[in-house]
Amino acid sequence: MTLPGSARLDFSPVRHSSMIPPMERTEAELIAAVLSGDSASFEPLVVKYSPRVFATARRYARRESEVEDIVQEVWLKAFDKLRTFRGEAPFEHWLMRMTVRTCYDFLRGHQRNRESSFSEISEPEEDWLERFVADPGSAAEDADAAKLLVRRIMEKLSPSARLVLTLLELEDRSVKEISKITGWSVPLVKVRAFRARAEMRKILARMAQDKYL
Amino acid sequence: MNISKLQEKLIAAARRDRPADRVPYAFEKRVMALLAERAAAVRHSAWVTSLMRAAASCAMVALLFGTWTFFASSGSPASDDLSQDLQNTLLASADPTDTIDTTP
Repeated sequence: MTLPGSARLDFSPVRHSSMIPPMERTEAELIAAVLSGDSASFEPLVVKYSPRVFATARRYARRESEVEDIVQEVWLKAFDKLRTFRGEAPFEHWLMRMTVRTCYDFLRGHQRNRESSFSEISEPEEDWLERFVADPGSAAEDADAAKLLVRRIMEKLSPSARLVLTLLELEDRSVKEISKITGWSVPLVKVRAFRARAEMRKILARMAQDKYL
Repeated sequence: MNISKLQEKLIAAARRDRPADRVPYAFEKRVMALLAERAAAVRHSAWVTSLMRAAASCAMVALLFGTWTFFASSGSPASDDLSQDLQNTLLASADPTDTIDTTP
């Protein structure tokens, strides 16, 4: 395991770097301090960016314990790989790339629920679907049932399809941005987005068949 | 059922469903404690690795000396009594029959 900084890491509460309070230091100063062995300077970064990392992780994991595991892993990875952060792009972008990749790894490792049937759809979800079948305009998009249903469907998608649909459709990111985040080429992102939409349609068709045939 | 329309509706619903950004209480403390724990483990494992390497080196040196001693002794005429040889070696410095040649 490699840790940033060849110097001995110091986790003591004593302040380093000329005794400047951590919150008053800039991001670059905090990162430099961590790299020089003052690990306590990492804490303000965790405090500042954890809300964003949590929000992203909640898009991919439903259970709160899983979300916490993901975020914890993100921060441990960020600490280990801090030396690779060159400071050309904002720290937040570097961190979010790491978050999305960790979420993708999580999805690949937790594919157990994908093959289940639609028999477990709750009553409000069924009502919403029936309203949609009767009159597509009357089924509100902001209804809780619709949100639950779409979460259920997203869970049935393959990891790559879920990732690309989340980034492209839910977070409104461009293909180029997705390419940077995931490390996939631009044509691959386009192909995967096309396949993801088709996969989602297939799941919806299967759901319709289960419910209405 | 119009599947494409349903897909559009559901994607729009998902877009409206913004995940919460709340952070559990003292989460940063937990992360920092984990990092500190790991740093201690890394230091410990570095010690263990160094000791293992040192032990391996010592074993190699012992093996080399053992081999060298074995082959060196097999070339010279060995006496039948090993205990006598050992005694002679140990008491060689105190042997009264030894004479020191002091002539210039």
